[in-house]
Amino acid sequence: MKAIAEVTPAAADAAPEQEWRPPSYWPFVVPALVVVLAVIVFPWVFTIWMSLNEWKVGSPTTFVGFANYLRMPNDPRFVEAVGHTLLYTALSVLLPLILGTFAAVVFHAKFPGRGFLRGVFIMPMMATPVAIALVWTMMFHPQLGILNYLLSLVGLPPQLWVFHPGTVIPSLVLVETWQWTPLVMLIVLGGLAAIPTEPYESAQIDGASVWQVFRYITLPLITPFLFIAGMIRMIDAVKSFDIIFAITQGGPGSASETINLYLYSVAFIYYDLGYGSAIAVIFFLLIVAMAALMLHLRQRTMWTEIGSGA
Amino acid sequence: MSLRQILGKIGLWFAVFVVVSPAILFFLWMASLSVKFEVDNAAYPPVFFPERFAWKNYADVLASNRFLTYFINSLVVTGTATGLAMLVGVPAGYGIARMAAHKSAIVILIARITPGLSYLIPLFLLFQWLGLLGTLVPQIIIHLVVTVPIVIWIMIGYFETTPLELEEAALIDGATRWQVFLHVALPIARPGLAVAFILAVIFSWNNFVFGIVLAGRETRTLPVAVYNMISFDQLSWGPLAAAALIVTFPVLLLTVLAQRQIVAGLTAGAVKGG
Repeated sequence: MKAIAEVTPAAADAAPEQEWRPPSYWPFVVPALVVVLAVIVFPWVFTIWMSLNEWKVGSPTTFVGFANYLRMPNDPRFVEAVGHTLLYTALSVLLPLILGTFAAVVFHAKFPGRGFLRGVFIMPMMATPVAIALVWTMMFHPQLGILNYLLSLVGLPPQLWVFHPGTVIPSLVLVETWQWTPLVMLIVLGGLAAIPTEPYESAQIDGASVWQVFRYITLPLITPFLFIAGMIRMIDAVKSFDIIFAITQGGPGSASETINLYLYSVAFIYYDLGYGSAIAVIFFLLIVAMAALMLHLRQRTMWTEIGSGA
Repeated sequence: MSLRQILGKIGLWFAVFVVVSPAILFFLWMASLSVKFEVDNAAYPPVFFPERFAWKNYADVLASNRFLTYFINSLVVTGTATGLAMLVGVPAGYGIARMAAHKSAIVILIARITPGLSYLIPLFLLFQWLGLLGTLVPQIIIHLVVTVPIVIWIMIGYFETTPLELEEAALIDGATRWQVFLHVALPIARPGLAVAFILAVIFSWNNFVFGIVLAGRETRTLPVAVYNMISFDQLSWGPLAAAALIVTFPVLLLTVLAQRQIVAGLTAGAVKGG
């Protein structure tokens, strides 16, 4: 805030005296720069420094180099958490992409009440995650939960959902999918709006089926949007915390402990801040690496598309 | 109308029903849980409409002293963090858009990718050294991690679409850049301001991870308070569901009322904090 006070008068005084030239916009950016340096850049630099130290709350810190990083491959709980994260992420990208594309095609059609229903449809992703998680926990309840009742209606046996190590991750993915399919829908819907109508008209004249139209016209044209949606979904799914923490806290046992959950335990239950910082750095690099891999794959498929088109 | 068209209409409405029902049924069930007594919530097969409504669940939640404290905490944290973000983020978005400094967006991208917990470790220590931990200040500061990037990101996108000609004319007429910003650029950007404000409010209000680490007994925000209800105070479902619905109701209302702005903001920036 101080920055605004200092910069404003100087900028106002200086302008009329000089000969006119395109003004600098730096004064506009300085306050935000101060905030970003304080809450985003400083924590990052400090995290990297901490990750090179043995740093536990209440005991003196010592510089240990890369020891914290070398701990990770030999830490079975961390290795397991990486596996959980990859499985959780893969499912939480694929399912919303498929369902979100379907929803986008539906919302692209014109029907009365579309605006209102679209508002209802995006409610899951705007609602407070903890509140949502609480209700899902009740719905997952093996005896009293509505989900097992619904299964019994269609003749399926009751499940233990989040209370069994084998089904906990798919169950959490169900919540994540319910919550974030709307975001994919919105992005793909934006893509559908940009498609010209001519290809559809000629397809109709040629008597193409609904599936053929989707497969050979719509899908290729919305691929760039699917890619963006997939990228955003990947970044969010890897970091997913609220839902998992509120429903299972990583349990039962450590069956749903992702890297983010483990990071929380290391840093704020065991107060091993040095090791926690190292995990945070590796976690960030993992996300960047996955994003880079997706970009790389995208570029390669783009080349093959151009290649096959020519 | 031909048979084919009628079938198409029926198919479309069926598809609409399939797509929208998970959201509708979930929130209806949430509402149902919140107005039932324990007997009905534990009934098998489940009861959707109870014979007696347990409005008392809501009264209990609202009447507890601490609920009001937590509500005020949430208002203060979200209000201040969003206000500060608008104050610094709107001019920054303007400056970045006018300088065409697209590389600076990388910082925002990094902020977008970074897990919220990574900020918590160093800032937690910092707040401890500064002796701020018993107050709301740490939460306000750390919520800036969520709100500032959202505001800057959306405002860059918005100011890039607003016309330059008026601003240039005003500058040549001798207006200072702050006058141009305040009297020319800002009024045109009002819809963008609304989008940035609404999204910052929602994502700050919903934030949970910062609170569980930084909030003490007196400084909890509503999401943290609800989470603590699950683990400690409350075991019956009715009051829990009522509390959950109260916490998220303002956001749901805003979503339906301002869905145009929310959709515009999310598809432009596709931002989410934390």
